[in-house]
This record gives sequence, C-alpha cells and structure tokens, in this order.
Amino acid sequence: MDKISHISAYCHVKKNAISLNENILFENTAGDFAGYMKSAYSHFKIEYPKFFKMDRLSKLAFLAAEVLLGHPNTSKENRNMAVVLSNSASSLDTDRKYQESISDAHNFYPSPAVFVYTLPNICIGEISIRHKLRSENSFFIFDAFSPGFLKDYSESLLQTDNTDEVLCGWADVDEDSYEAFLYLVSPIGNYSHDEPQLTKLYATP
Amino acid sequence: MHNTYLSHNNIVSSLGFDSVIVVDQISNEISGLRLIQEPKIFESPLYSSMISEEVLNEVFDRLRTKLPHTRLEKMLMVSLKTILKASKIELTHRVGLLISTTKGNIDVLEKDSRFPKERAYLSTLGTELQNYFGFVTEPIVVSNACVSGVLAITVAKRLVDHGKFDHVFVVAGDLVTKFIISGFNSFQALSDLPCRPYCKSRSGINIGEVAASVLVTKDKSRLVEESVEILGAASCNDANHISGPSRTGEGLFRSVNWALKEAHLSPEDIDYISAHGTATMYNDEMEAIAFNRAGLGDTPLNSLKGYFGHTLGASGLLETIIGMHSLQRNTLFASRGFKELGVSQSLNIIEKTTPKKLNTFLKTASGFGGSNTAAVFRKV
Repeated sequence: MDKISHISAYCHVKKNAISLNENILFENTAGDFAGYMKSAYSHFKIEYPKFFKMDRLSKLAFLAAEVLLGHPNTSKENRNMAVVLSNSASSLDTDRKYQESISDAHNFYPSPAVFVYTLPNICIGEISIRHKLRSENSFFIFDAFSPGFLKDYSESLLQTDNTDEVLCGWADVDEDSYEAFLYLVSPIGNYSHDEPQLTKLYATP
Repeated sequence: MHNTYLSHNNIVSSLGFDSVIVVDQISNEISGLRLIQEPKIFESPLYSSMISEEVLNEVFDRLRTKLPHTRLEKMLMVSLKTILKASKIELTHRVGLLISTTKGNIDVLEKDSRFPKERAYLSTLGTELQNYFGFVTEPIVVSNACVSGVLAITVAKRLVDHGKFDHVFVVAGDLVTKFIISGFNSFQALSDLPCRPYCKSRSGINIGEVAASVLVTKDKSRLVEESVEILGAASCNDANHISGPSRTGEGLFRSVNWALKEAHLSPEDIDYISAHGTATMYNDEMEAIAFNRAGLGDTPLNSLKGYFGHTLGASGLLETIIGMHSLQRNTLFASRGFKELGVSQSLNIIEKTTPKKLNTFLKTASGFGGSNTAAVFRKV
C-alpha cells in the first residue's frame, strides 16, 4: 500500500539569511561566503571541526541539513532517512578550482583534498556521516529546481521497505551565487507533499 | 503491479561499438586496455582503454548533425542512437531520458577547448541530447560518483514502477581526461600495469572510457533475447568516510541485503556476481568482507575492470549490460588480471571463461562519498 507523505519541515540557506519553516533563525552580516558560514557555524553551536575542511557546496548542504535535522543524536540512527539532493552546477565550483591547479605545467599541484570534492554527492556523504544515515542516497542535476521530479522520486523510494523519510532538496553553489533549500518528507507533517506546495515553499520566505 | 526489464543495449568502447562485438571480445578474454602515450593527459605512458577519435568521428558523421559536439556528446549520441533506432519507441511524455555521468564535458574547462565553458554544466549535456533526439520530457542527470551507472538503472526502474514513465532510455559515459587522471594519481591510486582486481599483486586502478546505453521498460513486447528483469535494487551510504570505503563493508553489505530482499531471493539464488573490483587495496578488501557477510563468498564473481579499466559513471551500466549477455550465453567471463587471491576473505573469482547455466546475477558498485549500490537481475 502507498505510504502517505507530507513535508514536516523545510530550511532555506540564502545569501541574506537562514530560515527554518517560516522563521528566520540567522541573518548574514558577514558579507562573504566563508565569513557567513563561520558565523552560522558558531551561532548554531555546530562543534564539528571537519566542517572547515569541506568545499563550499558541502558546507552549504551540511549547514542546511544541520538546521533542518538538529544536532545528531542516536535516536535518528535507525530512522530510515534517504537523502536525495539536486542542483544545477554539480560540483563545478570545486571543479574550476581543481582545474586551475592542473592547468599550468610549471605550477602543477593537484591535491587529493580538493579532487575528492569534484563530485556533487560528496555533500551527501558529509551529511550521512554527521547524522549516521546509512540509507538510500542520490544526487541529480537539473537546469533549475525540479519539484515534480523530486516528489516522484521521493515517493518511489517511500514505496520500498528501507525508506521511511526523505531528506530532499536543492543545494547549489556557482561562482557568486549560492542557495540551499532542504526539506523533510515524512509520514506526518504540516505541509502537503505536492508540486505546487514545493514550488511555493522553495520561493518563500 | 508490472515487472520492469532491461532491453535494447549498446556499448561504445575501445573493444567495439556494439554490445555483441564487445562481448565476443570479452568471451575471448581480449582486453581493451593499452599502454597509451598522451602527454596532454598524463606525462608518462599509462594503461587505459580509450576510444579512437578517428573511428568515433567516422561513426558520428553518420548521425548527420550540423551542430558541433564534444567528444563525450558524440560517444553518448552514437550509443543512444543505436538503441533508439532498434527499439522503434516513439518519444512521448511517457518516455524518459536518464543520463549517468560523473564529470560530463569536464574537458571544456581546459584552456585550449574550442567549446564554451558553459558546456561543462551537466544539464547542458542533457539538453544537447534531448534536442538532437527530440525527447519531450526533461532529461534527468544522475551524478553520484562511481555508483552512478547502477544507480541510474535503479532510478529508471523506480520511476517506471511509480508510473512516471513507460520506458526510460538510460545512457552513461565519462571521459579519460587530465582532470581525472591527475586526480586519481594524486590519491596514488593508479597502477603502472594492467589492473589486477582481487589479486595479491594488484597495484591500483586503470581509468578507461566508454559510453553505454540501455532501454528500461515495463513492456514485455519490447524485449530482446538478452533481456533481464530487474528484481531488486538498493543503495546505501557507509556514513563512514568521503574517500575511503568502510572497513566492515557496511554500506555494500546492506545494499546487497536490501536488493536481495526486494527481489525475494536468498544468497544461494544468485548464480553470478558482477562486482566493482577496482584493484585498489582498500576497495577489493572491503568488497570481500561485505560479500562474505552477505553469504556470497562462494558465488562466482568477476570484475570487468581488467577489460576496460574503471569507466567511472559508465562502469555500472557497462558491466550490467555485459552481465545480461553473460546470462544469455550461459557463460561466466574470466576476471581478467587475477592470479592469486589477495584479500583477507575467500572469494570465488572466475579464473577462466567457462560455460555454466545461469539465471540470475547481482551487480554491485561502490564509490566516493561512501556510496554503494546493488541490483539483482534475472533472465526473462
């Protein structure tokens, strides 16, 4: 039988602010990305030094997941929470940085610490490690936020025995622009899980 | 509830541009790996399987497109064209296009590329294919490291089962580039010799390139003689490390268990495992642990990396297609490069290409980001 799904919570990390559902939790006063992430890290008392080794896409997605899911705790470990993320620029932000490091034969310094982030799904790995999510995971690329596909794919995962919830959404970093919109698809929740609702939540606040 | 099948399929590789030709070569234990001297990609010669530019252009010219296309687009278009034509399926809103790649047109970021840098966006790659073939649905790109190819098949199955599509064309490809080679080299993961998965003397991976495509369909009248049914599939993250596999093989172990459960099969029902086997120390060891935990230590197993190297986002699809032909031919293909077991747990590595009655196979893959996937297939 089909499991009924709702959206139980959603989180935005935008240039100006971080919000959970309708509430703004943190406003960016730092200006640049690095400063913003650092001050948000302190504000939300994240205490996870590995955060600073991550590339920009992973930092962004990780932070959004942290706000949405809260601090990791053991009660979540056995929740079968799939992770389905998407974006437009894949890992191009780090790809460009890595390409820079190998484009000049006289200044050739490929680094494994950079290369590993040249895959978009690494941010799913970071979130999975933090929240101990041994679950279904996949990263998709679309020109723009694609609510219809994400809804269909999340629902199809919920039909399987090993998925009860889906951490789903969009996390994109491309040169000067960046945004994350993550939401949790659960059996219970205050928001309906359909395309118009997703379009609306993505566009607010 | 209907069943979901893999049907028309194609491989574009250094061993040929047609699945049957490629599988014939494999059944004769012929490898597509060569010592390649290409200073633009790597300073010293290295073992790789690369597609001949000349042959690719010759075949691509038959597609009669006036627009300029990148090397990867040509590979994908040639592969996809073959199965689209053979399937005779009309491209309606019930037909999906799913593309599996890790790096897409990453070579356009190189200084001397004649394509604009925007071509590196994976959705642009999708649009190029959509426009050429005339798909009416938006292309879906899966980019999930080295499990992308198997994952793409499972995503297609889920979308068909969920009623979103009747048919999905899945196409996968990645290139051998300076970007990829220098990156794997920085991890000290490359072998100087043809790779030897699971062997005591293994010394790392070779990187290769292919394009592969398959039709995923629920329509039993659209099948071919090597068609298989997808019985079960799952992916599971290790939640352990972003670049190293789990020491306990947890994610792969769970993926296999979940896939078997969905397939309503037990380990004894699996006739053959088409494993990932990259020939790095850690990967092969992790797989040996996971397969033994799953009760599959005695099941005949191979890695096909000795024929093509690791073809990244295409590998899982490529190896699944070869698995389909393996079942149809009732033949276990030798795990090329293997001599003596070099992992801590027993594995039943296929040392010689041998005939055997086959009905089912398990395909697995693991990759960066802690990702693992498994899928179970059965002869139709």
